[in-house]
Amino acid sequence: MGVPILKEGHHLIATIQTALTDTDLQGLRDSLVTQVGRYRARGVIIDVTALDVMDSFAVRTLRDIAQMARLRGAETVIVGVQPEVALSMVELGLTLEGVNAALDLEEGLAFLDERTKGASRGEVPRAR
Amino acid sequence: MRGERRGAVQPDGRLPALRSKGRASADLPAQNSIPVRSDADIVLARQKGRELAAALGFGPTDLTLIATAISELARNIVLYAKRGRIVLKGIERNSRRGIMVVARDGGPGIPNVAGALQSGFSTSGGLGLGLPGVRRLTDEFDIESAVGRGTTVTVKKWLR
Repeated sequence: MGVPILKEGHHLIATIQTALTDTDLQGLRDSLVTQVGRYRARGVIIDVTALDVMDSFAVRTLRDIAQMARLRGAETVIVGVQPEVALSMVELGLTLEGVNAALDLEEGLAFLDERTKGASRGEVPRAR
Repeated sequence: MRGERRGAVQPDGRLPALRSKGRASADLPAQNSIPVRSDADIVLARQKGRELAAALGFGPTDLTLIATAISELARNIVLYAKRGRIVLKGIERNSRRGIMVVARDGGPGIPNVAGALQSGFSTSGGLGLGLPGVRRLTDEFDIESAVGRGTTVTVKKWLR
């Protein structure tokens, strides 16, 4: 099951819409890391609002995505972790260390705009 | 729609109107046995677990904890034993309801069970068996493992 990835300005937004298998998660990782290059993205948002389970594999894959995207020059923000999911992650001792998190899509975009401001500032301004 | 959240209705279409206390255990939803061989089965097992737990009257937080525990147990089966089974069962003790999850495989077994129950212990490149986590997510935890014969993990969670 594929996860749709939208391009929004300098950012990519991946919205998970249904339960994902491990293979789906790895597919998401690979396409995001590829598309960061294709679209020269500065930021990646992964919306996990629809995920009712984030087990060790899911958390590890999200961490991998964030680290791989960072090596390709893009910041990743996870948005929409549900309260029950947050609790189960804490109980399992799973952390999103090194990964940014924000409450929802709006906050995630605001965070990325702030974070990537410096990068775009260096560009030569030009009319579009 | 959120895939695994839609677990409130029984497979036969019954609504989970099972909150009333003190009913005979004959009313408990039937047990469910799911073969686990692939990562798609991991998702199926936790969805079935969520459905059964919802029918038993567990709230949203416990549903997530139970589904997460099943996910970890099923993943251990796929990862270490290749194939096995998750058995889900509604249980009752002292007129208290709960869910029992049995993860059984005929895989290589765990040579160092005590070690596998310590946080941070892993034999497969950092993913971890997740057993200490599963233990924290549930109320009762039992493991039997014999090298070369397989592993059976039994967990229970009780309605509060």
